[in-house]
Amino acid sequence: MDAPASSVDLARVYADSGVGEVLDQLDRELVGLRPVKRRIREIAALLLVDKLRRELGLTAQPPTLHMSFTGNPGTGKTTVAMRMADILHRLGYVRSGHLVAVTRDDLVGQYIGHTAPKTKEVIKKAMGGVLFIDEAYYLYRPENERDYGQEAIEILLQVMENRRDDLVVILAGYADRMDKFFGSNPGFRSRVAHHIDFPDYSAAELQQIGQQMLTEQGYKFHPDAVEAFSRYVEARMQQPHFANARSIRNALDRARLRQAVRLFEDRDRKLTVDDLMTIEANEILVSRVLAPGDTSTGGESFPG
Amino acid sequence: MRLTQGTFSFLPDLTEEQIRAQVAYAMKNGWAVNIEYTDDPHPRNTYWELWGLPMFDLKDPAGVLHEIAECRKVFGSSYIRVSAFDSTATWESLRLSFIVNRPADEPGFFLERNEVNGRSINYTIRSYAASAKPAGERY
Repeated sequence: MDAPASSVDLARVYADSGVGEVLDQLDRELVGLRPVKRRIREIAALLLVDKLRRELGLTAQPPTLHMSFTGNPGTGKTTVAMRMADILHRLGYVRSGHLVAVTRDDLVGQYIGHTAPKTKEVIKKAMGGVLFIDEAYYLYRPENERDYGQEAIEILLQVMENRRDDLVVILAGYADRMDKFFGSNPGFRSRVAHHIDFPDYSAAELQQIGQQMLTEQGYKFHPDAVEAFSRYVEARMQQPHFANARSIRNALDRARLRQAVRLFEDRDRKLTVDDLMTIEANEILVSRVLAPGDTSTGGESFPG
Repeated sequence: MRLTQGTFSFLPDLTEEQIRAQVAYAMKNGWAVNIEYTDDPHPRNTYWELWGLPMFDLKDPAGVLHEIAECRKVFGSSYIRVSAFDSTATWESLRLSFIVNRPADEPGFFLERNEVNGRSINYTIRSYAASAKPAGERY
């Protein structure tokens, strides 16, 4: 074996790893989320320096990489987790960089003796990559002392401790319930190194997200529709069951539906490419969210 | 007598690292990796016992190596092999199979000559270990 070099080039390692690319992509594709991006840059820097230190023979222990992502629905936790898997892969902390997203149902069985094999199966699948447990607090149900979730938690804790070089676990969920979950499972808290909080989006950010989604799908707003959409976003944010980017996506899906209906009803006319791409103001204004005096039925299931 | 079945069987036993590399190769090709064990390694015994389920959707060999270790804990004195199944149409069969565990003592096989129809001879082979003892006590 070669003797460890006595000096290293941080810039070279950074360029070789290709992490900068992922971080730039994160900046470009994800609107807002400033604190999240900053934390991820910090983690990337830490891992990069750690990697260098190891090249020089300074630390032998692999760092703890398990993380917890807390935030309201639709704030981009899963998307960021995927990027995180990519970053960890490029830095060589996980071998294959795939993400296995699971919830309680995938880990906990229905009968005695059913949970352990199920959890182990999922862990095997995630080895070499990242295991993303969405709504992790459902694993722990204090109201039922015979709940099998505890068994899954014990297996997870063991794996998080003993097989740190094989897999990275990311726990995600609403902030307050995750706090309670960590409070009653101190084992998890001490094994999770990085806690990242995802803030809600502002109205301007949500508009930008909406524009970006439309562009990706090959649509665009009519100039009048831009204004209508900003009114829609503000109204929707005040309503119950608001799920940030997810609500925006659903609203746009409904607008697309109305656009298709409008084009179809007027089908004798020759259509241009522009017609097929443009979403008009009316397609957003007819939404029930903007209906005057009726703000009680803004549920995500049928806001219309 | 050393059992020579499957790929690499004339080479020294594979190390952990070599097994990992072979499993990674199978996964790279999209083959499902299985672990099988038996204490009756007769060449005509095609069907060994399956350890757990075939591992169709693993992305990394660590899971397979973990299962091999678990299987060795239980059947450390049996034969254990790893096989890789290719499910693509027209293949639908094993593409790779190699032994990862063998008993410390391998007594081998006995060639039996059976005279039939006057001077004609039928040949068959019998495993010493499997003939002498019932399943579970052979090696």
